[in-house]
Amino acid sequence: MTVVPPAQRKPHIRLEGLRMAYGDYLIQRDLTFTIRESDIFIIMGGSGCGKSTLLKHLVGLNRPTAGKILFRDEDFWGTDQERRDVIVRKCGVLYQSGALWSSMTLAENIALPIREYRGLPEENIREIASLKLALVGLAGFEDYYPSEISGGMCKRAGLARAMALDPEILFFDEPSAGLDPISSRLLDNLILELRESLGATIVVVTHELASIFAIGDNSVFLDPESKTMIASGDPKDLLRSCKDPIVSKFLRRGAEDDSTNGQGA
Amino acid sequence: MTLEYLSVRFTGAWTALGALAQHKALRTALDARQTPNSIILDGTGVTQWDTGFLVTLKALADRCTKNSIQLNSSSLPEGAARLLNLATTVTERKGARRTAVVDPTIAKVGKGAIALWAEFESAIAFVGELTLSLWRFVRGKARFQRSDLYLTIDECGPQALPIVILISTLVGLILAFIGAVQLEQFGAQLYVANLVGIAMVREMGAIMAGIIIAGRTGAAFAAQLGTMQVNEEIDALKTLGIQPMDFLVLPRALALILMMPLLCIFADIMGIIGGGVIGVATLGISPTLYWDQTLSAITLSDCAIGVVKSAVFGVLVAIAGCMRGMQSGRSASAVGEAATSAVVLAIVLIVVTDAVFAVVTNIIGL
Repeated sequence: MTVVPPAQRKPHIRLEGLRMAYGDYLIQRDLTFTIRESDIFIIMGGSGCGKSTLLKHLVGLNRPTAGKILFRDEDFWGTDQERRDVIVRKCGVLYQSGALWSSMTLAENIALPIREYRGLPEENIREIASLKLALVGLAGFEDYYPSEISGGMCKRAGLARAMALDPEILFFDEPSAGLDPISSRLLDNLILELRESLGATIVVVTHELASIFAIGDNSVFLDPESKTMIASGDPKDLLRSCKDPIVSKFLRRGAEDDSTNGQGA
Repeated sequence: MTLEYLSVRFTGAWTALGALAQHKALRTALDARQTPNSIILDGTGVTQWDTGFLVTLKALADRCTKNSIQLNSSSLPEGAARLLNLATTVTERKGARRTAVVDPTIAKVGKGAIALWAEFESAIAFVGELTLSLWRFVRGKARFQRSDLYLTIDECGPQALPIVILISTLVGLILAFIGAVQLEQFGAQLYVANLVGIAMVREMGAIMAGIIIAGRTGAAFAAQLGTMQVNEEIDALKTLGIQPMDFLVLPRALALILMMPLLCIFADIMGIIGGGVIGVATLGISPTLYWDQTLSAITLSDCAIGVVKSAVFGVLVAIAGCMRGMQSGRSASAVGEAATSAVVLAIVLIVVTDAVFAVVTNIIGL
């Protein structure tokens, strides 16, 4: 499970001309890009551009109005429900506020998917849950309810649950939202560590510039005005060479010229 | 003599099920041997691994820390070594782990009693606050949105009407059936009209309307306010200096106080009509005779008692629903509990209050 350099990575998820809309209201159109295996792929853009909606489409919660999503060359919406469930089970999602089930303890939250899909004896499930919590730095918090721990801890517990089934792809929706800079940095490091050790493909929706430059291998920029992607590639390269004024302004935190650039990685 | 080191070699595929079975075997093997100074993990022969392997390694690592054995994990697969490192670096926070404490029976009873008393106190406080809020309303100082009031009125009045009509008609029908069978034995079929009329107007109209509203609107109030509690919306009101009591509870209580008497009157009429259908269809009483008999049986004070009771029930449902909603915890299951307990509390209060009314009206001779 060693991580190969970006150039040699095989495509994992491919989007072809994806169009997303709620009823008649168009969110984004003509999205075509590839997420490679073991990439940390950033979906960025200003508020309201449809980043989170795109994430919902990628994990199969919403159906695109046109275009295809291919997981390892398999058309997600072109296959049957059973197959879709199998694909979705290989994805782990960390929702913005953790989305832990509030009536269950942390251990039970993690145990639920394992119990449903792995058919292991109860004591082993408990051991796995403890291990996953230890991985995110929450050893000993097995019997706490989500309401009894802080927001940052909820997020980490959510990550532990997302990793419950050893997913091939991990999705993060705004991982640093609501975290202090240090916790947010620690979470970034954790994401990097998980990619290195698990070799998982990681898709992150974020607009935190610090995170984008610290962890991103590849990215796509969604524009709310033209309702499509206006840039893609390694965020560090984009910062250096992207000519598009919107992207360049975003990556420089609103500063238009190069001289005030203080956001480099 | 102590053992210098012990080498543990892992080979083949260490994935979920198989790995966890091996994990036990490893534990027994280690138990059988002397405690070494260090354990060297050799994972060069591992072809495939997942969480199962990590669980095994973690258990081994925990065992080593407990017995102060050195652990050498340098020849594990790279990813596994990193993850093991990650899982063991953050040590458990002291006091984080919980031990289940089982109270003796006497302590349980005591805690239950204290909790009950605390709940009683908070209920009294809630009623007190609502009274103050009503007083502010009377003086025109309560701050809430008129549109909220109209919306709630619409929700618990007109929208509840169909179900109230259906239930009360059926209750009238049932009463008439029961009465008809008994009264026919004395040839006093006509008195079915008295039975249905008095029962509906004095008791059943108000009670049925009350129970329907408790299940329909009381539960909705508790769920709405509970969800607002979860989303910190109530905190947001408080920090803006708006009394949640005035803004949220008052319009709901007012709506129910206004609508319940109307629903009760509807229920009365529909119950009498339901009874009339049975009287006319199965007992051969003419509609006009039935109507006259009903009018002569019920008095204005019967009607007034029913209507007043229904307004009181409205207040009780509003209090039960809003109080449970405001007291709700901040989780999905807490909101569910709030809704359930709001309905249960409202129905209990309605029946108890009805009994009190029966005794009081009996004493004063109404």
